[in-house]
Amino acid sequence: MYRCPHYHRRMDTSQLNPLRRRCLLATLAALATPSLLARTESVVRIGLTPVFLDDLASFIARWRRWFEKKLDQPVSFIQRGNYREVVNLLRTGKIDFAWICGYPYVRYRHELRLVGVPLWKGRPTYRSYLIVHSQAGGQRSLGDLRGKVFAYSDPDSNSGFLYPQYSLLSSGENPARFFGRTFFTWSHRNVVESVAVGLADGGAVDSYVWETLLELHPDLVQATRIIERSPEFGHTPFVARARIDAALFSRFRDILYGMASDLEGAALLRELRLDGFAAAEPRLYDSIARMAKLVGQY
Amino acid sequence: MFTDLSLRWKIPLRVMGAVLGTAFMVTAALVAREYEDTQRALEAHTQSLARVLANTLITPILHDDIWRAYEILRSARDPDMLGPDRQAELFVVSDAESRVFAANRPKDFPVGSELASSWIASPELNHILRSDSLEQHVVTSENQSYRIVTAPLVSDGIILGHVLLGYSKRFYLPRLTELVRRALFVTLLVLALVLPVSWVWAHRTARPLLDLARAMSHVPNALDAALAAPLPAIGDEIGQLGASFRRMLEELLKKQALEQQVAASERLAAIGRLTAGIAHEINNPLGGMLTAIRTHRRHNDDPQLGEQTLSLLERGLTQIRNTVAALLVETKAEDRPLEPADIDDLIILAEAEAHAKSVRLLREGGIDGPLPLPASLVRQIVLNLLLNAIQAADPGGTAALSIRTEPGKLLLSVRNDGAHIPEDQLGYLFEPFVSGRAQGHGLGLWVVYQIVHQLGGGLSVHSEPGQTVFSIEMPYEMPA
Repeated sequence: MYRCPHYHRRMDTSQLNPLRRRCLLATLAALATPSLLARTESVVRIGLTPVFLDDLASFIARWRRWFEKKLDQPVSFIQRGNYREVVNLLRTGKIDFAWICGYPYVRYRHELRLVGVPLWKGRPTYRSYLIVHSQAGGQRSLGDLRGKVFAYSDPDSNSGFLYPQYSLLSSGENPARFFGRTFFTWSHRNVVESVAVGLADGGAVDSYVWETLLELHPDLVQATRIIERSPEFGHTPFVARARIDAALFSRFRDILYGMASDLEGAALLRELRLDGFAAAEPRLYDSIARMAKLVGQY
Repeated sequence: MFTDLSLRWKIPLRVMGAVLGTAFMVTAALVAREYEDTQRALEAHTQSLARVLANTLITPILHDDIWRAYEILRSARDPDMLGPDRQAELFVVSDAESRVFAANRPKDFPVGSELASSWIASPELNHILRSDSLEQHVVTSENQSYRIVTAPLVSDGIILGHVLLGYSKRFYLPRLTELVRRALFVTLLVLALVLPVSWVWAHRTARPLLDLARAMSHVPNALDAALAAPLPAIGDEIGQLGASFRRMLEELLKKQALEQQVAASERLAAIGRLTAGIAHEINNPLGGMLTAIRTHRRHNDDPQLGEQTLSLLERGLTQIRNTVAALLVETKAEDRPLEPADIDDLIILAEAEAHAKSVRLLREGGIDGPLPLPASLVRQIVLNLLLNAIQAADPGGTAALSIRTEPGKLLLSVRNDGAHIPEDQLGYLFEPFVSGRAQGHGLGLWVVYQIVHQLGGGLSVHSEPGQTVFSIEMPYEMPA
């Protein structure tokens, strides 16, 4: 079983840091000097993408309030229709942090700073699932979907686009011509629905989203069947813009790492079906980078 | 059979029938109205929705965004509003090549499939999809179960595709069952209220009629019981009918009494005539015989006169015996069967008389072989009738005998063209000693009547100016 050594080492420090930071914050708040207040009044902007079930508005509101309480600063969540817009906002410094996919991270890794990675089932990894309708008996592998309608989630998604492209290339197929027709649903959840209702014959979906949906909407997910599981990839990272204020970066990082040990934070994580957020090395995303490089050649 | 039912059943049944009929008509009218209204509203709603969707779907088509198009189509159908069957349920977008771009039921309309080969595609629909029409159209699906509204997706004058909205033509079925169920409930309620009322009403209406019917059932055998039966004492038509019936009964009773009186007096009159006839027939020779006896007493020494007196007495007594014998007609005696030759004899016997009176005698028909009928009796009645006819005919006139047979029956008729028998004499024609002529003792037709009657036959007379016909029908046993 794969275990990231950095992840273990950094977990220890991450559990210390928030405590220390919180004491400092409490002292600062008690002093309540005007200059400090002015700094805390500036809004922290966090971009969200459909790497998780971002259509749960009440959850997102509660998570935002939790961040506000922890940061002691107004927090604004920015949601956009696709990954690219969020990544561009991040690259142009319009937002401070974002939860994005490993694929845009490896593409712009020099413009971004890795904050942390979600732990799902105790691990900082996930897979890409290739799914078909549960009643499509004849389809047992990606090769059986030749000429069919295929649903990708987002052109900047690793699990929902890059991996199936890479998989086809590896087996000597041209991804641009292999399927009869393809379309983007702009979220993993919609890939599952597309396949379940028969709009697409097959689709590529984030394993974390698929498994979570299986709990939330079993009827929808049970109408799909997995025909291929990818190897493990580094999970969707929390990143910051390159020129982020160092203090804000470390404060935010510590809050994120300490989410699991916080009562409310742990409850929010349970809703996300995650175990927490942990530190990660950029090397975690090297496999995605290799795929991106290969796909980019074509 | 309904027509044979008593009124006490008929009236409630008719009330029930009227209630059910009304309920049926009202329900049918409501359903028809509801169907038309719903269909019009549904079509208008679908058309306006098609217009909205046609505008909304242009961008997804231009951007080749199948998911977005699907999301729009999926949300176009509101599962809560109006009810599932009162809005369009089928949403399809086709591209410029009439291939399915997206549909709210992707399994029925797979992405990229030819719309022309789908189950909704009728020639009319395919024609619209290929045409340049910028209008909405409403057509029926190929299998006749859906109405399809089509609207083109137009961008800058170019048709990018079509949006097709379909609603089931059976949309009104749930509503129909609901309406019928409600109508049934109301009808049963009304029946539950109306039935006891109509039951009582029927009994009140029917009772006088039933009383009247019971009273009338005694007519004509027990008029007294009919008169004694209770009759409705009310003022309406049934009451009037009862009063009329009572008057009719009284009249009937009077008439019966009168008829009995008339019959009794007629019987007495007939006996009187018969007695007078017999007395006259016996008195006539008796007078001559008594005179002869008195003359013989005075001249009793003349042997020639004695011989004359005895022969006169003998003739007189013979005449009386003949008269009495004619009155007591006897048919029991053994006789031979009637043969065709008998008919010939009768004509020959009557010929002389006819010749003497210059009357033409005709014969029509005959018998083919011997018949099991007493020959001498038949000869006697036919000869009687023939001689009567010749007597009745005017000189130069005609008398005719017509004979034919039917299985088990001999049919005879004798006619003449002489003066007809007055109507007031027809009733007494067959009584003894009634004669239309000066000669004859008036027993001929009496004898004919007695013989025919005793042989089990029938006798009828038909007389009008210019023709008098006596018809006889005589049954005989067919040889086995």
